[in-house]
Amino acid sequence: MQWDWQFFLNDDGSDRTYLSWMFDAFGWTLAVAASAWVVAGVLGVLMGTLRTLPNSKWLVRLGNAWVELFRNIPLLVQVFLWYFVVPKIFPPMRDVPGFLLVVFALGFFTSARIAEQVRAGIQALPRGQKYAGMAMGFTTAQTYRYVILPMAFRIILPPMTSESMNLLKNSSVAFAVSISELTMFAMQAQEETSRGVEVYLAVTALYAVSAFSVNRLMSWVERRLQIPGFIVAGVGGGH
Amino acid sequence: MGDFDLSFISWEVISNFIKNGFFFSVELTVIATVGGVVIGTLLALMRLSGKKALMTPATFYVNGMRSIPLVMVILWFYLLVPLLIGRSIGAELSATITFVAFEAAYFSEIMRAGIQSISRGQVYAGQAVGFTYAQNMRYVVLPQAFRNMLPVLLTQTIILFQDTSLVYAIGAYDLLKGFVTAGKIYGRPEEAYLLAAVVYFAICFGLSSIVKKLQAKIAIIR
Repeated sequence: MQWDWQFFLNDDGSDRTYLSWMFDAFGWTLAVAASAWVVAGVLGVLMGTLRTLPNSKWLVRLGNAWVELFRNIPLLVQVFLWYFVVPKIFPPMRDVPGFLLVVFALGFFTSARIAEQVRAGIQALPRGQKYAGMAMGFTTAQTYRYVILPMAFRIILPPMTSESMNLLKNSSVAFAVSISELTMFAMQAQEETSRGVEVYLAVTALYAVSAFSVNRLMSWVERRLQIPGFIVAGVGGGH
Repeated sequence: MGDFDLSFISWEVISNFIKNGFFFSVELTVIATVGGVVIGTLLALMRLSGKKALMTPATFYVNGMRSIPLVMVILWFYLLVPLLIGRSIGAELSATITFVAFEAAYFSEIMRAGIQSISRGQVYAGQAVGFTYAQNMRYVVLPQAFRNMLPVLLTQTIILFQDTSLVYAIGAYDLLKGFVTAGKIYGRPEEAYLLAAVVYFAICFGLSSIVKKLQAKIAIIR
């Protein structure tokens, strides 16, 4: 087989080269992943915290139901639900751009996994932490804000690293609803140019580089936030 | 509320569209789990062998697979396998090969953690009774590692079952594709997506409840 990288400089039919199309697509991938990360972080921390609240049976149930719902449906099916079914049930959602719907799909899906990590992180703390907060006269909200959550966040940083990398990889399902991100670019450029191997290699390299960057970034955050003498082991898994 | 009409679903629709897709999804999950665990265990043994010639390629393979989105891996195999063997093999077979190769990387991480969870004393005990390396693995380490990791392996299998829906990218006929096709033919695509979600949820929720019970039952008391 002959290598041919020249075609990256060819016009793709809309006054831009395949190379600049690819970097546009890379931008979309990063935009989807970053926005979904915010959605997933906010909802995941909220739901994970609810699941550990004392004396609030219904909030605990809400948190648990949330996790089971968004964890047990394949991401691709959830993307279709947001994209096709939700706008049909709630007509106002019809005006929401497709980009946001995919962000919601990916964000809600990931929030269930983050909620699970947050719950595990909070429950991994020694009981004494909570009692210490209560002894100071803190309300439940204050105990969480000043004592439990700051410690729990540090415990869950290692699994959050792999969840963040998963999120970036999972953004590839946006191809299914024609968001022009990297995977969509790979499929279309492969078809148009018939240089599939080169296209896939370039796209794969971009995914690998960004996954690696996320990994480095998160371990930098981990080092910055480390409390001396407080060491925790990470747990990972899934994709 | 938009108008939802589920009346197009009948036994005929299920047996014509859904059944084959469901069987393929299950088949893909079973083959990928068995194949993935076997190859994954071999990869884990390579990484723990202490021999550089075995460790380096296994580490490269596992980390490489884990840093690429599954959809891209599916596309890669669909493109490369025909180029390498000179003929097309169809989306379903291509998907099966892909999932075995991809899941092996994830199962190998689980098995590696499992093997490392076995205390050194177990290994020494095996050596003391004169076991070779292979015998020690076969009779002492792997059975315990497998048992310790069973809940994690099963959870990964549930994730794997969900991930089989991604063969959508190459048009293989799985459970999701069955629903999508039926929805298209009867002009009820939204209802079909919703039903697909309900079916996936029922299967995955049911299986993970079983895994939870099993986990409590087989936990080794230390």
